[in-house]
Amino acid sequence: MKNNNWKGWLYLIPAILFLGIFMVYPLIDVFVYSFEEGYNSASQTFFGVGLYNYRYVLRDPYFLQALKNTFILVIITVPISTGLALLISVGLSSIKPLKELFQTIYFLPYVTNTLAVGLVFMILFNKTAYTDGMINLVIKWFGGQAVDFIHGPYWAKMFVLCFYTIWVVLPFKILILTSALASVNPQFYSAARVDGTSKGRIFWKITVPMISPMLFYLIITGFIGAFKVYSDAVAIFGTDLNQAGMNTIVGFIYDMLYGDSGGYPSYASAAAIILFAVVLTITCINLLVSKKHVYYE
Amino acid sequence: MEVFLQDLTKKFPSRNRRVREDKIAVNHFTLKIPNGKLIGLLGPSGCGKSTALNMICGLEKPTEGRIFFNGEDITDLPPEHRGVGMVFQNYALYPHLTVEENIRFPLENLKGKDRLSKQEMHERVMAAAKLVQIEELMERKPSQMSGGQQQRVAIARALVKTPNVLLLDEPLSNLDARLRLQTREEIRRIQRETQVTTIFVTHDQEEAMSISDMIVVMKDGVLHQTGRPQEVYDDPVNLFVAQFLGTPPINTFSGSVRNGHLWIGEDDVMIISGVPDQEVHVGIRPEGFILQEDGPLCCDLIRVEVMGRDTSVVSNHPAAVSLTIRSIISSETQVDTTNPKVRFALKPAKTLLFSKETEERIRFEVK
Amino acid sequence: MSKQADYNRIERNAAVRDKAKKAFTYFCLVIWALMVLFPFYWMILTSVKSYSTYNAEYIPKFYTLSPTLQNYYDAFTTVPLAKYFLNTLIFTVITTVLMIGVIVLAAFAFARLEFKGKNLVFTIFLSLMMIPNELVVITNFVTITDWGLRNTFLGLILPSVTSVFYIYLLKENFEQIPDSLYKAAKVDGTSDLRYLFKVMIPICRPTLVTVTILKVIECWNSYVWPRLITDDSAYFLVSNGIQEIRENGFGRENIPAMMAAVVVISVPLIILFLIFHKKIMEGVSRGGTKG
Repeated sequence: MKNNNWKGWLYLIPAILFLGIFMVYPLIDVFVYSFEEGYNSASQTFFGVGLYNYRYVLRDPYFLQALKNTFILVIITVPISTGLALLISVGLSSIKPLKELFQTIYFLPYVTNTLAVGLVFMILFNKTAYTDGMINLVIKWFGGQAVDFIHGPYWAKMFVLCFYTIWVVLPFKILILTSALASVNPQFYSAARVDGTSKGRIFWKITVPMISPMLFYLIITGFIGAFKVYSDAVAIFGTDLNQAGMNTIVGFIYDMLYGDSGGYPSYASAAAIILFAVVLTITCINLLVSKKHVYYE
Repeated sequence: MEVFLQDLTKKFPSRNRRVREDKIAVNHFTLKIPNGKLIGLLGPSGCGKSTALNMICGLEKPTEGRIFFNGEDITDLPPEHRGVGMVFQNYALYPHLTVEENIRFPLENLKGKDRLSKQEMHERVMAAAKLVQIEELMERKPSQMSGGQQQRVAIARALVKTPNVLLLDEPLSNLDARLRLQTREEIRRIQRETQVTTIFVTHDQEEAMSISDMIVVMKDGVLHQTGRPQEVYDDPVNLFVAQFLGTPPINTFSGSVRNGHLWIGEDDVMIISGVPDQEVHVGIRPEGFILQEDGPLCCDLIRVEVMGRDTSVVSNHPAAVSLTIRSIISSETQVDTTNPKVRFALKPAKTLLFSKETEERIRFEVK
Repeated sequence: MSKQADYNRIERNAAVRDKAKKAFTYFCLVIWALMVLFPFYWMILTSVKSYSTYNAEYIPKFYTLSPTLQNYYDAFTTVPLAKYFLNTLIFTVITTVLMIGVIVLAAFAFARLEFKGKNLVFTIFLSLMMIPNELVVITNFVTITDWGLRNTFLGLILPSVTSVFYIYLLKENFEQIPDSLYKAAKVDGTSDLRYLFKVMIPICRPTLVTVTILKVIECWNSYVWPRLITDDSAYFLVSNGIQEIRENGFGRENIPAMMAAVVVISVPLIILFLIFHKKIMEGVSRGGTKG
């Protein structure tokens, strides 16, 4: 079996090569970049090592705007999407006819191009000189006032972004929760029914604890995903997110790297590491909380 | 609580689209269960006994027929209003709750005038735990307990709200052989102490026979026979019941009745009366054989198994339906193992005749 | 008898409540289904409205009586939609094929071969799963730029031909094949590679199909990396194409033509989904995440 030693490595060469160049090396490099002050990508020179990049990024109003936007987005979309997904999954699990049809429909957004459908959302919400748009039409039916959701007030724009983000992330969450619900042994429900447990109590005392691992998995990945929202915003507000005031942290990173204000990999790296630190902190908090409340078999 | 099932029928729509016919799980089932008794509902797997149980507790609605508790029609009542306790096959203990929380769970459901104070709940929980002897395990989670302990918790949970009827669905099937013996004694004891009308479902005839006051034998959704275990064993109404009860199982032969003689193959084994000439199934219990040098039933000896108290003679006969014939005789009797033939006389009370066509029992008298 | 009446009331109430609940559930589910489907309906509807009709509707109409395919014609002629399409196809096919090759070999090594340092390498691989793309994309951008691979297919493809997660998924699947099969093959003198192709891959085909489909979806919708690496529209993928069309394509106001383009790029995946919806949903619930 001795000759197997090199054989194993042989099979691994392509994977190691690709991962080494495009994952491990960049991972180290991004830290190096973030501490190199005044790095110039053309001449590949820098004139100091220190925390200047971080200081710069943290003072950049665009970054602060992006940070604020991202946090608002996270705080709104994660609870709403998880809760909504739970409600829909519970509804789905309680019916028999048409269940599969609903499931298939609900999953549709997952396979569609975020940019393409985002454009449709933009048009639905947009208010131009020619038309108030679809959504405003509905608002007016109910006696409201037309709002420009795309170029108008901040909260209107944030609403569209949150709405679209939720629309995009729900399919995955519904799918995961529906299968989690399906895997709960029906005998528990029978037992609870024989004991005269009310529907609400069954839900909170049996269903939720039983699916809590999946629920927490969704909350954790939901946080991570929401912190990284970018293409949803581009889809609705166009590539110049700073100008729209709707940039996100990831958007800021890419803009720093390449874009209208681009060419600063050091700033981009610093911002990326800040993002990573934020996400890591939130994830750790989540895990700590979940240890207390989640039942693992 | 007296339970009366009247003409109970349950049909399930066929899953197979090509077969339009409904699957009949329980077929016109009528049964009266006296108050305070332990009833074993017995039958091979898939015979509809679990469905019958689910209808009694209200998890399934009967297609036809009514269910009465103490004369009151509760057929359409949802399970929580029936006052039944149920122990499920896999216990269905909530894995995220401790033993104490599991047992307390049904009590916390009580509302309105039935609501209990914390203190009362605790007392009831401890009483139930004491009954099944698990007071030391109250803080454990179900996954930290053995199957037998989980079973006790499940019983405690079913009993804590003092149900009128206790239902047990295959309560012993997940336990190993030793625990099974022990737990069935335990169930018997608990039932005696609480005097609650108990129905338990099993496919293991030995289990049912050993602890039930009354057994109910089912097959394909149809009730075949009810009665005290020994009665049913001694006096089965048909071939199925005779074959289903007893270990080792009854030996069956094809035989015939001609002119008042019972023939098994070429052997004229008994003179009987009251039976017209016909082809019959002959069932002989293992204990129905008497080793006798000039006995009428002549078999080919295969081997002799000595099992302490008894000796089991394994042989063969051309007319036997089963592969081998197993007869149990007292170990004091010596069997001549050098002789390839072995001859038996038959005990008439242990010899049962069944019609070849209907498999119904044919009773006869011995002259 | 009053108890009997009580029973009847309880029973009737329960039945009514059940019915109402069911109706409410269906109502809510239908509402959400409409929310999901409406954008698709609107996109198709708008794409068949003529430019003049669309702009004449100050209040948008929910139907059209004079559908036209003119917009689809425009989408293919005024902007290089077909080119975007072809680019995406090339990108998707090559990336997926390369990735499958790489991950099959790696998963096989981890699942079946014994060699020194295997566990260490596997642990490193697993820990790489936690690395967010945003951290590494910066250096990758610089690397690809330094190699002079911007605006090439190679530059687009290279960073996405490995996926630690899929290696892991496949390895788990490979390991479920009993060891005795491998030993039997060894006794028969089958080479490792032959065993891999003749036994393991056929047995694990469902997983491979799932991985392939998920990767195709990911490739088809990828936006960030292509946007960084291409600024020559000859190498745009559909996502970038859409953004380009939106910003400088038909002129800002030709929304029906844009919608036609959107329909065209969405259709392939929707068809794929409708054919494989069971497989895709099963695959995703086994641990896919978006992007």
